[in-house]
Amino acid sequence: MTTRIDTRFAALKKDGRAALVTFTTAGDPDYDTSLALLKALPAAGADVIEMGMPFSDPMADGPAIQASSQRALKAGQTMKKTLQMVREFREGDNDTPLVLMGYYNPIYIYPVDDFIKDCLEAGVDGLIVVDVPPEEDEELCIPALKAGLNFIRLATPTTDAKRLPTVLQNTSGFVYYVSIAGITGTKAPDPSKVHAQVARIKSQTELPVAVGFGVQTPAQARAIADGADGVVVGTALVKIIESGLDDAGKCAPDTVEKVTKLVRSLADGLTSSETVAAK
Amino acid sequence: MSDTPNSYRTGPDERGHFGLYGGRFVAETLMPLILELEQAYEDAKVDPEFHAELKSLLAHYGGRPSPLYYAERLTEHLGGAKIYFKRDELNHTGSHKINNCLGQIQLARRMKKGRIIAETGAGQHGVAVATVAARFGLPCVVYMGCTDIERQAPNVFRMKLLGAEVIPVTAGSGTLKDAMNEALRDWVANVDDTFYIIGTAAGPHPYPEMVRDFQSIIGQEVRTQMMEAEGRLPDTLVACIGGGSNAIGLFHDFLDDKDIAIFGVEAGGLGLGNPDEHCASMNGGKPGVLHGNRTYLLQDDDGQIIEGHSISAGLDYPGVGPEHSWLRDTGRVNYVAVTDKEALEAFQLCTRLEGIIPALEPSHALAHVTKLAPTLPADNLLVMNMCGRGDKDVFAVAALLGVEM
Repeated sequence: MTTRIDTRFAALKKDGRAALVTFTTAGDPDYDTSLALLKALPAAGADVIEMGMPFSDPMADGPAIQASSQRALKAGQTMKKTLQMVREFREGDNDTPLVLMGYYNPIYIYPVDDFIKDCLEAGVDGLIVVDVPPEEDEELCIPALKAGLNFIRLATPTTDAKRLPTVLQNTSGFVYYVSIAGITGTKAPDPSKVHAQVARIKSQTELPVAVGFGVQTPAQARAIADGADGVVVGTALVKIIESGLDDAGKCAPDTVEKVTKLVRSLADGLTSSETVAAK
Repeated sequence: MSDTPNSYRTGPDERGHFGLYGGRFVAETLMPLILELEQAYEDAKVDPEFHAELKSLLAHYGGRPSPLYYAERLTEHLGGAKIYFKRDELNHTGSHKINNCLGQIQLARRMKKGRIIAETGAGQHGVAVATVAARFGLPCVVYMGCTDIERQAPNVFRMKLLGAEVIPVTAGSGTLKDAMNEALRDWVANVDDTFYIIGTAAGPHPYPEMVRDFQSIIGQEVRTQMMEAEGRLPDTLVACIGGGSNAIGLFHDFLDDKDIAIFGVEAGGLGLGNPDEHCASMNGGKPGVLHGNRTYLLQDDDGQIIEGHSISAGLDYPGVGPEHSWLRDTGRVNYVAVTDKEALEAFQLCTRLEGIIPALEPSHALAHVTKLAPTLPADNLLVMNMCGRGDKDVFAVAALLGVEM
């Protein structure tokens, strides 16, 4: 079954450039702003959209994304609203792949079968669920794959050669390489180390490999993109949302514009790097 | 609940499941470490040298065995069951936590990990970790919620004296759950050299099993000591439940002695009516996934974790060890709840009648004993785990009683 994710990565490969994968949290800082941003991302240059499902205890996330999750929950975001957001996005965009990222408990409570059904109906293409490792695959991964969703697995610096096949086994869509041993948005990845790891993963799979967890600037994105099929930027975008909030937590009217501006410069950076490389 | 297992003592399965509960719900970065830890623990389990060293440390450093004490005046006062305290509050560092910390630090040393991290609620586990880290010369970082730092100040200072770095956690309501999130984040960022000493019988496999095994010495000693004291086994066991390490430590050896009634006492806070006002995850929560395992959790309809509340920092946790969740569903253990107020009354009663100042955590178990004992005959042998001493709580209790110190 070909998904929007497969189609998009194949097209980008043809163009010879890496995908820009953007991460924002659904409902941050409020539903309307978050939806407006979501709708604006593809035109600004986001090739794949990752949307965070807010959770009270995001163990793999740094302070910026923790805060965004808290803002979204405080503003009343729920899983149903997150899926509604996807539905509204799909009304105007049937091509851009959209992946939901988050933690297992809100899915488990939804519960799993209904969640998968509602994801498909809403137009979700794939799932990244941080705290469901291959050892617990029958919980969510297998049912999601069977239903036609991509299940995107994280590979990390601690995923050694012995373990990599286990991680790749039930992965589809793309592989998300976590560029640092740590939480999101805290350390800066070392491009040369990342390149070696990405090469190692690519030698084991046909799937595209996107890199994320520490990438914040266009220059970093460009450096990381070399040899990878995609770069994920999240914390930097979420920080712009945070900086636009007033004391009452209300967001500035130019928030969407400011976020899309960074997205555009990140996308331009990725495009030009490939142009340079091609020459 | 319909099918009764042949034994309650065989879990978890090889993937860390106690029935529906347990498992390994962690990020990929941690997964190789969890597997490495599991292997190291399996190796240690069958190594006589590991057990010999641990036994020696428990005896000469930890002070085991702890006494089994007949609480005569409390028994007379309540008029019913014959009440014994398992006095784990007399251990080095003042609680049962040292049992587990000595076990885990030995594992850390076997695994050649040079840095120790931990989470703590009441600070009892933090102090025990800081103690064993000092004893073996390893740097130690303890994460502690800022609310708990305030209400458990004496333990914060003890940890610092022992050379540990205490990092305040401001996220959430600044209690045990938030400290555990932060410790997990530290671990993910320092995977190469760091050993995470989890304090309760929860977290990803193999922690619930490992912590239970290290704490099971409590029940094993009770078995021997009760045989010596009364020539037979106890009839009733009572212990408080936060994550549930002292309770599983007392219960585990007796789970297959089916005539023994077992009670786990959760923190009922201000009452079970409002999910924000208690920490009784098995009485007022539902199964979910947090901190690496599936277990009963306080959560809302959308799967967001609720902070909960308890007077006792050590019980102020929205989850519980997965083995307790399983024992609840199978019906082997009765899980009840007592309120802050009842615990505080039991705290004072025990202090005056027995000359023992209990920690606020076992004061919850005591509160249930005050209800249960009068309903039982005089020949009913009841053992309550006095899992911690109350020195750390005297300032907080003074404030609660409106006493200026």
